[in-house]
Formats: sequence, structure tokens, C-alpha cells
Amino acid sequence: MKLSAAMAAALLVASALPAAAQVSDNKVKIGILNDQSGVYADFGGKWSYEAAKMAVEDFGGKVLDMPIEVVTADHQNKPDIASNIARQWYDTGQVDAIMELTTSSVALAVQGLSKEKKKITLVTGAATTELTGKQCSPYGFHWAYDTNALAVGTGGALVKAGGDSWFFLTADYAFGYSLEAQTTKFLTSNGGKVVGSVRHPLSNADFSSFLLQAQSSGAKVIGLANAGLDTANAIKQASEFGIVAGGQRLAALLFTLAEVHGLGLEAAQGLSLTEGFYWDRDDASREFGKRFFARTKRMPNMIQAGTYSGVLHYLKAIAKAGADDTEKVAEAMRAMPVDDVFAKGGVVAKNGRMIHDMYLMEVKKPEESKQPWDYFKVLATVPGDQAYIKPSESGCPLAQ
Amino acid sequence: MTDVVLAPPAKRSKARGIALIAVGLVLLAVAPFVVYPIFVMKLLCFALFAAAFNLLLGYAGLLSFGHAAFFGGAAYFTAHAVKEWGLTPELGVLVGVAGAAALGLVVGFLAIRRQGIYFAMITLALAQMFFFFCLQARFTHGEDGIQGVPRGHLFGLIDLNQPLAMYGFVAVVFLAGMVAIHRITESPFGMILKSIRENERRATSLGISVGSYKLAAFVMSAALAGLAGATKALVFQFATLTDVGWQMSGEVILMTLLGGIGTMIGPVVGAAIVTALENYLATSDFPPTIVIGLAFMLCVLAFRRGVVGELLATRWGKRLAGRSED
Repeated sequence: MKLSAAMAAALLVASALPAAAQVSDNKVKIGILNDQSGVYADFGGKWSYEAAKMAVEDFGGKVLDMPIEVVTADHQNKPDIASNIARQWYDTGQVDAIMELTTSSVALAVQGLSKEKKKITLVTGAATTELTGKQCSPYGFHWAYDTNALAVGTGGALVKAGGDSWFFLTADYAFGYSLEAQTTKFLTSNGGKVVGSVRHPLSNADFSSFLLQAQSSGAKVIGLANAGLDTANAIKQASEFGIVAGGQRLAALLFTLAEVHGLGLEAAQGLSLTEGFYWDRDDASREFGKRFFARTKRMPNMIQAGTYSGVLHYLKAIAKAGADDTEKVAEAMRAMPVDDVFAKGGVVAKNGRMIHDMYLMEVKKPEESKQPWDYFKVLATVPGDQAYIKPSESGCPLAQ
Repeated sequence: MTDVVLAPPAKRSKARGIALIAVGLVLLAVAPFVVYPIFVMKLLCFALFAAAFNLLLGYAGLLSFGHAAFFGGAAYFTAHAVKEWGLTPELGVLVGVAGAAALGLVVGFLAIRRQGIYFAMITLALAQMFFFFCLQARFTHGEDGIQGVPRGHLFGLIDLNQPLAMYGFVAVVFLAGMVAIHRITESPFGMILKSIRENERRATSLGISVGSYKLAAFVMSAALAGLAGATKALVFQFATLTDVGWQMSGEVILMTLLGGIGTMIGPVVGAAIVTALENYLATSDFPPTIVIGLAFMLCVLAFRRGVVGELLATRWGKRLAGRSED
């Protein structure tokens, strides 16, 4: 009885709430939601928040004469915490857009929620192509990279560079299989072949037997279809076995500048990987890298630079649309090309995918590195239209 | 004579009990207007989960290190049933609970043959097997999880997309779960569980079939944990690997320890502390994992009976509970 009476009262109050929320709050608020204390703390982490703040400062701190605010939260890799914070930000925090969103489960959950609430999401930290595939959203954007782009970059481009026989070390779960399958597709279509593969359990500590199998297979390239700590462990142990020194090439399918920095050049030298950004690419990116370094004491990887680019593009879209209304801003974001330090001539497709060039890199030897963070040689540039799934083939209903 | 002496305190304690329940109900009714409703719903789900876990640890003395399998498993079953089969939410929750109970039957059947650390290790091992099953099975969508689960209409009538309707549903599920746990622990069945906890051999010598009682308690605890997980899947509209991982099994132990093992309210308080820390530290500069770790260390070093356990151990607490022993 008590409950139902309270419910009735509650309903009255609740019916008054949304009306208040629709009143323009005279500011643009962006939330950066990612992992800042767990396994992905270096991948994007607090540095992405810093990159977002840089973008706001570079834009002038104001859009349409309204102040811009950036808030951040650590979702600890738990989708329920992320979803809770996202809802709270939208319902009571006057947040207009949520960005970064490291890890697939979190990104899909928040994008789904934002679709329902008609808010903009821009994902830089998660890899899954589902975001712009079946589960795409008219207000959801996927910015820095995805599993397909990584597979094309490392699989396709490396074959052209001579690495035509492969052996896979694959993490034994869906993510690993899809990386392996996608990479296999691109390397066979470029004339390469797979001589063998082995599956290792997730969070594996000892890769020696897998690496020995890979070594004795005689494959020119050993592909690491795994992520995070597994990739780092495999690389470390491969260097102990002298695999790269013995003439085989090691290719990591999901690895960035931040993780190479964590491993050190001694262990990581000779590794091939694909990223959407490298700070030492041209003058503009070097200038951006130096400014980022001055604030954070580290160089940006594609997640952090991508977050910078995403925030900037969002603000430009608000300026162009003349309002912070979600529909209009999303439309403006799709209409404008992306030209900044992160991407040159980037295009935002109908399914929300930002299509831009990817880079196949090789990690330098310690003696080749002339300054701190001088880690990569760019082996090849993969044009955006080859790197990403064609919007019409993505399975996204918006792009049909 | 003894009856005359005992009657008044018992009556008084009953009155106090009713007063406490009334306070709880009022809190439950007021909470969504003071705190963000989704957060309260999450808290209630974890509170029920911890209470279900406590049913096993606090009353039967069995430390399970695999309860995430029932919690997360039910979340997957419910999410799949509602999203793919198009069941209504209440049927979806039933599917989740039934699945968790069946899982509990299998795990419990194997685990109750051993005691103490071996029991904990067997539950952990079986839960990890279930985790890897969820990682690989097609219907769970690997690390993407089952996303976009519709909340649907309760009994085909009440639209659960309304925040307050959803809150009401969660509150009712929570209350029903708590009442069930209370009934179980206060029944002769619960007394027998306590006797097994205190002295298993003596219980056997009294002709009690210890194994069946343990298994029954295990299945009930699993089913209630499943109820919590199934409800959470509807609240957040997804089911992911986070809920079946061993970290979740650890988290529920932490909640129960922090709040107080073997008390009705303890796990609820513990769940509130942990979820509040996780949520409110997320937007602060303190790393949540470290702060929660410190809280756990403090609890083990300074107040081993947990927050509620220590409160009940004080003279004021004893009077409130209306009894001197226990």
C-alpha cells in the first residue's frame, strides 16, 4: 500500500522531469567514459580525457557562444557501471555526447542506450565492427579503427611487403577467431597462405609451446590474433626465443604505441602492427604530439589522437548546424569531411564509420630510435576505402 | 515460569522487527527520488545476490567461490529468452532462475562432496568452466555480450521502459527474494542448516541426511542468485562476461564480508558499500579498485564481523535485535 501510494506520487514527479531536461542548458557537455584503472588504462585512459580537453581548448573553449565542458569517468571495464554512469550523465548531468568507450561490451551498451535516448556517441577505444554493423545507430560514430581495418592493414599490406606465409597464435574466443578469420581473408586474397594456427586460452602466461610450434612451422609471419596482456606476453617470450632475430616476422593485430612503450624496444623490435595514427607522420602530427607530450609526458596513440579528432569534429558540427540538437549535429557530422591532425580527407559514412587511412608500422630496433617515443617505421599506408568494410556491406540498415 | 519471563522481550523484539521492516520499506519507496533510480536498481540486484550468497555461507557454512556462474548465467538465459524468443519479462526471469537452479544442481551435486577450501576450489573450477563456455558459445556473442535486451511489458500490461515501473518491479523482486531467504533461514530447514554448519558430524549422528540438505541449500542459493542476475539483465538491458567472471564471485564474497556474514541486512549493506564506491569513485581521481581493496583490508584487520555484524555485537545492537546470544 505504502509503495503504491509512493509510486503514484513518484509518477507525478517523474512526469515533470523530462520537460525540465528538454530546456536547453546553455552549454555543450562531453563525457569521456573509459577504463582508467584496469588493463586498458594505458590504451586510452586518462590521456584520452586530456586529448579531449586539448580539442576543446584548440576550438576556443566556446561553440555558438556557449561554454564547452568535458567530464570523465572510469568504467572499470564493467558494462553495468558504464551504463549506469551514461544514463546518469544524460538524465541529470546534461551531457550531450559520450566518447572514447574502450572495450566492445561497454561501447555496444552505451551506443544502444544513446540511440534510445537520442544522444551522440563517438567510439575510439573499442574494436568491434558490430558498432557500425547490425547494431549501428544514427547517432553513433566509430572513429579510430576497427577489427577489419587492423586485419586489412596487417594481413593484406604485410603480404604485399613479402610476408606471404602465416602461422596464427589465436586467443581461444570470438574476438580471436574473428581477427584470425578476417586477416586470413585478406592475406589469401593477396596471394598469401596460412601454414598453420594454434589456439591458446585467454589470459595465458606461458606461450613457449605455441611459439615453438610457430617457429618450426617455417612461416614467414607469426600473426598474434589476441589482445592486451596476451599479446605483450607472446611478444616478450618470442624475443626470448629469438624468433624475430631468426628471420621470422611477428605481427600483432591489436597493439598500439602505448603498449610498445610499455614493452620497450628491446622486446618489441621488428614487430609489425597497424595503427590509424603515428605522431611522427608529418609536421602537423609532430606538432600535436609535442603539445600532447608537454601535458602528459607521453606521445598519443590512435585512441588518444582519435579522441582529439572526434571531439573537434563534434564541435565543428555543432557550429555548422547552429544548434546542439542531436539530429542536426549527427547530420552535420556526416556531411563534413574530417581534416585534422588525425585524419586527412576522412569521410563519415552513413553507418557512422569514419573512413580514413591506416598505417602498417614496424617497430624500430633500439639503435634506430633517435629520441624517446621514436618507435615506428611506416611500412605502408592502407587507403581508407580498402581498410574499412563498405558501408553498404556492413549490415547496417542505415547504409542500405 | 520461563514462558512468562521470555514472552515480553520476544513480543518487543517482534515489534522492533516490524518497525525495522517499515523503515526498510519507506527507504525503498523514497530511494529513487533521492538517489539515481538506475543506481538503486543495480544496488538492489547486487544486494539480493549477496543475500543469496550469504544464505549459503552464513547459514550453511559453505563458501562458494563460483556464484558468478549462477548470477551471470541467469543474466544470459534471461537476456536470450527475452531477446531471441520474445518472452515477457516475468517469463524471462523465470527462465533465468530455472537455468541458475539447474546449474546449481550440477555444480552443487559435485561440490558438496568436499568441505572447506576444497569445496571453494571445486565451485571456482566449475564456474570457470562455465565462464569459458560463455566465452565460446554462440548465443552469448563472446565479449560483445547480448546487447539491446528489450525490457518489454510485465504480464503484457505494465511497460517496464518507464523508470518507475522498472523500479517497482525490481523492488518487488528484491523484497520477494529477501522474504524467501528470511523464511528459509527461520524455518526448521534453516535450523538444520545451522546445525550442520556448527557440527556436521553431530548432525549426521542425529539422522540428518547432511548431503541432501547442503545440496538443497546450494540450489536455493543458486536460484536466488539467478533471480538477482536475471533482474539485472533487464535493468541494464544486456548480459556480458563481466557477470560470469571469477572477479564477480570475489566481489560478492567481499560484499558479504564487508556487511556481515550470517545476518539478514549485512549483505545488503555490503552490496551498498561496494556498488556505491565503484560508482562514485568512477568520476573521482581515486582508483576504485585500490580504495575497495583498502576497505577490504580494513574490514579484515579491524572489524571482522563486518559493518552490521559489529553493530549487532554492541550492546545497543543486541538490544535492537532483542536477544543476547547469536
